[in-house]
Amino acid sequence: MKNDIQSEAYLRMLKIRGFEQAVKQLVTEGEVPGAVHSSVGQEAAIVGACMALADDDYISGTHRSHGHPIGKGAQLKPLMAEILGKVTGVCKGRGGSMHFTDTSVGSIGESAIVGGGIPIATGAALTAQVKGTGQVALTFFGDGASNEGVLAECLNMAAVWKLPVIFFCENNGYAAVTPAKDSHGQPDVARRAEGYGVPGVIVDGQDFDAVYAATQTAVARARAGEGPTLIEAKTYRFDEHCVGLFINGAYRPAEEIAHFMSERDPVTLYRNLLLDGDKSEGDLSEIEAMADGLIQEAVSFAKESAYPDPEEAFELVHANPISIRR
Amino acid sequence: MTESNTKRMTYLDALGLAQREELEGNPDTIIIGEDIALYAAGGAYGNTEASRIRSAPISECGFAGMAVGAAITGLRPIVDLTIANFIYLAADPIINQAARLRYMTGGQFKVPVTYRASMWHSQANAAQHSDRPYPMFMNIPGLKVVCPATPEDAKGLLKAAIRDDDPVIVFEDNDLWGKKGDVPLDTEFVVPIGKARTHREGSDVSIISVSGCLRHALKAADDLARDGINADVIDLRTLLPLDNDAILGTLAKTGRVVIVDPAHRTMGAAAEIAAILVEDGFDMLKKPVKRVVTPDVPIPFSPPMEAPLYPNPEKIAAAARELMA
Repeated sequence: MKNDIQSEAYLRMLKIRGFEQAVKQLVTEGEVPGAVHSSVGQEAAIVGACMALADDDYISGTHRSHGHPIGKGAQLKPLMAEILGKVTGVCKGRGGSMHFTDTSVGSIGESAIVGGGIPIATGAALTAQVKGTGQVALTFFGDGASNEGVLAECLNMAAVWKLPVIFFCENNGYAAVTPAKDSHGQPDVARRAEGYGVPGVIVDGQDFDAVYAATQTAVARARAGEGPTLIEAKTYRFDEHCVGLFINGAYRPAEEIAHFMSERDPVTLYRNLLLDGDKSEGDLSEIEAMADGLIQEAVSFAKESAYPDPEEAFELVHANPISIRR
Repeated sequence: MTESNTKRMTYLDALGLAQREELEGNPDTIIIGEDIALYAAGGAYGNTEASRIRSAPISECGFAGMAVGAAITGLRPIVDLTIANFIYLAADPIINQAARLRYMTGGQFKVPVTYRASMWHSQANAAQHSDRPYPMFMNIPGLKVVCPATPEDAKGLLKAAIRDDDPVIVFEDNDLWGKKGDVPLDTEFVVPIGKARTHREGSDVSIISVSGCLRHALKAADDLARDGINADVIDLRTLLPLDNDAILGTLAKTGRVVIVDPAHRTMGAAAEIAAILVEDGFDMLKKPVKRVVTPDVPIPFSPPMEAPLYPNPEKIAAAARELMA
């Protein structure tokens, strides 16, 4: 595989897509405990943001947790093992699908508390500023989280303190099953930034190049000490809010879903873009085969791994341990 | 401790000294809170650079959560939440993030963050400023909770909290802020988290005290001594983890226990202490456990209504006498 930005971006998007398809298959096989939220449809937004960051920059995220560390370059095997609750999981089976964290790639925590990752990344940016490391932090959140008070609080504090943080909204149009139009006073999350003296940028979240460029601009601004940016990527979730969730009553028009899947699939759009450029079918097939291989390896690794010993539940509660009362 | 190694100062000054020493002693330590800059201008933080002193907007949830993000990436934040009731606004990041991130990530993080919360009860501030909320946080695995009752412990426990690699909440008794005591000046002086302290030895009845009730317990013990009743008085100092050895140790000495706790009766700290005594020390109990606590009502504003609600020396002594009857 050619070691260039485009090939790497395509590979990471395929890894997310393939990981999610494999997880859904494992759900149908009854292998997955707990709730699972798929990022299919949002790959360009995630990878465009992550590719604009350096390896040691920080990201935090959401209950829709899988795509973000994969986009940042995480190894797939420990992530897949975590999905199955195995001892080899990236969080040793203590976090599961909604709470991926892989500090080896700067992933400092996906949070199942909606908006919970926002102050975490803002605090990581505070560390970078105080220590003068030059790192930046990016927090992924959804349109639903934009209505949590911590976004307002952290946007304001980041603006006042000029923190090197990027607030990255994946606006997929629905907070679980509630349409954004029913819970937002106006449709653009990015416009809220102006109220805090922060640049707000809207990008097409299905377009890798647009997201990548917007995030690069925000990263440069953050590293230069000029403070935060709020980026809103308009995107779309192809799967249900939660894999296997059955909602009585349609909350999304069938035509809308069909339109995005046929016309606005970020992976297909990027593939076509690369073919229009200097990539050949052979180049892309090679990347696709590589992604498939990594997914299969991850699934095998996860299935073959052992579950944790129940006694491990009593470990890693504290860094300076105290006696645990049972 | 020689005379020259200690200085008589207030509980509040002891807290300030602890902060100043830890800020000056470790460049990773920062302080975040409301109106913090005012104290910086007064020299409260010594030579600490301005970048480590963060006067925050009134955004408790936001900055309490930012402190978690800062802690897991290499800083050692002290968050001053001021009035303890405000901890409810910050409860989500303290509970859902600080207490659990190490565990949920399979040990990928340490979370060395300290939250200060001052309990402004018995000062006619009414129910939104007068809470003693530590029992709720005793129910959160992953946290540590301390309640210093003397200026010496205020300094030593706050320093231990700041140096600890886990999240610690320091609940201060605001009634004690102006009270004076001898405080060690050694910058390495810390009070270990999880260890109770015996303030008075006795063999007739135990008084197990929580937070600022210590001074009431000691006064009650003086009163009881005049009747020939010798009280063993211990201050738990740390509520999570509880010092089970000290709790059962004083029971072994006396067989009779009064627990004094300024929190409300239902599910207060005293309830858990009583459960330990009964579960693990039942055979040593000569009488039922007594609790002197605050009744289950919101704290009223008007002083004649408020004052009688809290534990006081008379109530403690009366409870002890009942056990001796």
